[in-house]
Amino acid sequence: MATAEDSVTQAAADTGNKMHWFWGKLNWDVFPFYDPLILGTFIATVILATGVLAFLTYKGLWGYLWKEWFTSVDHKKIGIMYMILATVMLFRGFTDAILMRIHQALASAGILEFLPSYHYDQVFTAHGVIMIFFVAMPFITGFMNYIMPLQIGARDVAFPFLNNLSFWLTFSGVILIMMSLFVGEFAATGWLAFPPLSLLEFSPGVGVDYYLWALNIAGIGTTLSGINLVVTIVKMRAPGMTWMRLPIFTWSTLVTNVLIVASFPVLTATLALLTADRYLGTHFFTNDMGGNAMMYINLIWIWGHPEVYILILPIFGLFSEIVATFTRKRLFGYTSMVYALCVITVLSYLVWLHHFFTMGAGADVNSFFGITTMIISIPTGAKLFNWLFTMYKGRISYELPMMWVIAFMVTFTIGGMTGVLLAVPPADYVLHNSLFLIAHFHNVIIGGVVFGVFAGITYWWPKAFGFHLDKFWGKVSLVGWVGGFYVAFMPLYILGLMGVTRRLSQFEDTSYAGLFALAAVGVAMIAVGLVAFFIQIAVSIRNKEALACGGDPWGSGRTLEWSTSSPPPHYNFAFTPRVYGIDAWHYMKTHNATPPTSNYDAIHMPRSTMSGIAIAALMTAMGFALVWHMYWVALASFAATLTWGIAHTFNYNRDFYVSASEVSRIESGRAAATPAE
Amino acid sequence: MSTQVIETEDDLDFYVTPKPDSASDGHPDTHQDYEHENGTMLGFWIYLMSDCLIFGILFAVYAVVGQNYALGPTPAELFEIDKILLATFFLLFSSITYGFAVINMNQNKKATMMLWLLVTGAFGVGFLVLEAMEFAHLLHLGAGPDVSAFLSSFWFLVGTHGLHVAGGVIWLLVLLVQVLIFGLTPANRRRVLCLSLFWHFLDLIWIGVFSFVYLTGVII
Repeated sequence: MATAEDSVTQAAADTGNKMHWFWGKLNWDVFPFYDPLILGTFIATVILATGVLAFLTYKGLWGYLWKEWFTSVDHKKIGIMYMILATVMLFRGFTDAILMRIHQALASAGILEFLPSYHYDQVFTAHGVIMIFFVAMPFITGFMNYIMPLQIGARDVAFPFLNNLSFWLTFSGVILIMMSLFVGEFAATGWLAFPPLSLLEFSPGVGVDYYLWALNIAGIGTTLSGINLVVTIVKMRAPGMTWMRLPIFTWSTLVTNVLIVASFPVLTATLALLTADRYLGTHFFTNDMGGNAMMYINLIWIWGHPEVYILILPIFGLFSEIVATFTRKRLFGYTSMVYALCVITVLSYLVWLHHFFTMGAGADVNSFFGITTMIISIPTGAKLFNWLFTMYKGRISYELPMMWVIAFMVTFTIGGMTGVLLAVPPADYVLHNSLFLIAHFHNVIIGGVVFGVFAGITYWWPKAFGFHLDKFWGKVSLVGWVGGFYVAFMPLYILGLMGVTRRLSQFEDTSYAGLFALAAVGVAMIAVGLVAFFIQIAVSIRNKEALACGGDPWGSGRTLEWSTSSPPPHYNFAFTPRVYGIDAWHYMKTHNATPPTSNYDAIHMPRSTMSGIAIAALMTAMGFALVWHMYWVALASFAATLTWGIAHTFNYNRDFYVSASEVSRIESGRAAATPAE
Repeated sequence: MSTQVIETEDDLDFYVTPKPDSASDGHPDTHQDYEHENGTMLGFWIYLMSDCLIFGILFAVYAVVGQNYALGPTPAELFEIDKILLATFFLLFSSITYGFAVINMNQNKKATMMLWLLVTGAFGVGFLVLEAMEFAHLLHLGAGPDVSAFLSSFWFLVGTHGLHVAGGVIWLLVLLVQVLIFGLTPANRRRVLCLSLFWHFLDLIWIGVFSFVYLTGVII
């Protein structure tokens, strides 16, 4: 099938010939040192990494990190590690965004030298993959991990070791993605790697392989975490916490993790099939021998659409908590909120085809999916009205989290409306894959998920660390993000309507240059917002004595996480709270509940284990070896993974008791931090 | 008492506090445990459902491209239904013998339980041997997974099931060692029950494979 003039196929054949029994495809040529931009990034990364490692070694922190964090099964520490991972990757993904905006601003003005198009293609692919899988996902998983067990009055999750393993598998995916920057290349296919472009014939390099193994390993972690959190909510609620007394964030966590369990296996299977096409020469998605590329696109969106609700539903829950707290009222329409969450969960499975109306499935099919898509905006709209009605006649205090909520409500509504517009199939035929679509989904993801993440960080930071975040730099960050968002993406709506398609690296017509330049200004404003966020954290840590707070720092907390000290002891609650209604902590406060200060009991807790990080490290080695076709390493690390996993099951000594006297000692030390105010 | 709404709000008990005789009364509320109720069986059920979804996708893929022979061999030319039937019976019998193992476990007959588990494992290995012979036969006929979309989807569906059975056999052997060393502890009983769910689940999937792939394949 390979023809002499088909240079791409020839390149694939060359790669095949270069295979070495020991090193596989790996050789000196794969290090992209010819590209000054990557070389510069590489040097900067090495310097930064060496600096961080040297600092940790100098401070003698390795033992502490290993014992207290890496091997910890404490849901709070794992939650914080997810948040740190997501923040670091946000920086990386945002750098890609800056590159893209600069490139398009220059290219639309006729200056084409900034990024070679093959590099540009990798940048937009990496941006999408990182932002969804390694920024948004770890952020929401971090929130769910940290907050949900506290909200239901539990001491940890149902499977603490699995939780640790899930985190490290996600980290493993991050390592592979980051390695692709300096060793070899990343996929240049767009973030969902549609075949036939992503097949060996058209993407002969290792980029797509990095993509596949990183996502498959991280995806296993996500599925396990989903199972874990569902079981936690079903089995570990405090006595008295019936289903309709669950805090709304916990409800959103439940439906989100149901979605994860019911959709990530689809991703795993689909990516496995694509992997087989690339590695085993199968014909699932090929153009010839009976393969069907549209089957991939259907399958990946059967995962992909629930995925966007996996990202936004916990954020909806988080906003609900914030609105209720800062209006000092019970959430309006709690029951309808719960039903809306459940309806969205079900409907999110019935809309996947709206991502490719242009497949040509015909008017009947397109109408069905267009209508289901429009229907899904009804429960979403109900939620918005519930937030507004909660605020109505409330005593609203405009603390930072509340400001993010306002920014969200306005921005998300605009994004939602452009979404309904795209749900009309005839309109979609015009707007499909245009910058209008790009503007739409950034409008809902930045306006929804990212604003929500910042709202959540400022809202729960005092709980996690015992001091508030600095308000001034928080406002700078807010203005930078919100203003920057509008300046960066409103031009893209207009450009999309003018007919510019996505992922373009070159332009013949320079009349778009003005709007692209404006978008680049917007991204600079967002950069200010992001930097301000880092400054906010640094300033707050420096002033933490002045910003210190008690267990209920906002004074109007309603759910159980505010009933323990800030930060909570590792066992969360010395005495498990009993629940008598919605907003358990609010109820306890109004009934003058005081926790006992004596007669402590020993507390049963899970032990730390290094199995999670070890298994993930072995799987990273396996992924890397498979990317480079070093099959003997892959086989060895797979065998080692299996052996370690089996050895772990021989350890029956997985928990211990915190003695009553130890609990008593910790509790007396925390008297000042318990919520007396 | 604790779960019902209490109207008189004066003396509500807001915290679970240990009672002097908490060790003996067995009331779940006084159990100062991070495990309220062990969630392993539920968690394993949910895992199985997620695995079921993977098989669901593979079945769907087979339904979509399973008749794209691309001028290659068709099911009727490839499948030796009598051998497949034998393999099917191996798997079905292994489910029954696993059931016997669980019955014996519930009667605390450790040795008999282990014997039945061994029989189950032997049936599993027998199934795998038959499957390996079938795959070798297909390769011999030049019907590998790279020949057509039909064969790709066939190999992947049947192969994924086979890998699961192989994993189940390894798990079974590990569990036998664990029961031998540590006895029928609550943790080991739970593991036997989890593997039992897994084993019956694979049986169910195989019934789908047998009827949907093999029977339909030789009839059409």
